[in-house]
Amino acid sequence: MQLNWFRFAAPANFYPLAGRLVPIFGVIAAVTVLIGLYWGFFETPDRLGGTNPQKEYYRIIFIHVPAAWLSMWLYVVLAGWCAIGLVFNTRLSYMMANAVAPTGALFTFLALWTGALWGRPSWGTYWDWDPRLTSELILFFLYIGYLALHSAIDDARRADKAAALLALVGLVCVPVIYWSINCPDPNQCAALHQRSSLTQMEPNILSAMLTMTFGLWMYSFASAFARLRGIILEREAESTWVQELVAPASREAIR
Amino acid sequence: MTEFFAQGGYAFYVWGAYGMALLLLALEIVSLVRRQRTILARIGRLVRMRARGGEQ
Repeated sequence: MQLNWFRFAAPANFYPLAGRLVPIFGVIAAVTVLIGLYWGFFETPDRLGGTNPQKEYYRIIFIHVPAAWLSMWLYVVLAGWCAIGLVFNTRLSYMMANAVAPTGALFTFLALWTGALWGRPSWGTYWDWDPRLTSELILFFLYIGYLALHSAIDDARRADKAAALLALVGLVCVPVIYWSINCPDPNQCAALHQRSSLTQMEPNILSAMLTMTFGLWMYSFASAFARLRGIILEREAESTWVQELVAPASREAIR
Repeated sequence: MTEFFAQGGYAFYVWGAYGMALLLLALEIVSLVRRQRTILARIGRLVRMRARGGEQ
């Protein structure tokens, strides 16, 4: 059987598919997040020893790291849909980008917020102009800038293109965040933020963190598809299929 | 149970982080559901109005 992927590039065909996907991703997200939280809070040690001793507050890791990863990953997804939109001029790609952006901004804010609450007990400060913290803050402003620029332009297709360009330029921020903790010589520069060393983590902590990441990633799918449905309806409001879908009975009754 | 909520004296930081996460995700879900309803209602009104031969 040949599956025609381009069929779903049409908003009219993707709308019902997205409607079926939202509850599936939502249920997977809810179950994995609950497992991840249980694992993280009840199956992990209260204190960490080693070179980086931490007390109970390290449990912020189970929301902080997934939120930070997703903030970067969702920006890559956003820029990816923008690039596809600019190259192929497909309406649905821009709508996807638009649907992902608020969730990405949410996770960026969460990464900053949870990082501040983790920084206070471990570094003694909520905020510092550390390279990683600063570049993550810029990423948050990029999301806001993308959304603001899009809503500032009345014509939807021009808004799509202008905002897509901004999103693509802003993509430089993602590798900056990723490598912002690399400091070859501690005498020349200092980074407050710890390096992530997945291989040295306690297995239960690592598993709980990865479970939470997967759960919140699935949540991102659910929320992006739910938002996409609204965007499709708004933009296609004048089309026959939307009007038939919204009020089939009243059309028949009047006729 | 109290011990669990105390988180070794770091309750403010731990629950402050998870509380904000819960709040924002809940707000996003509620706003998505309400937005979908609003959009459907608005387009529905428009369609019915036109079907009655109202403003074109």
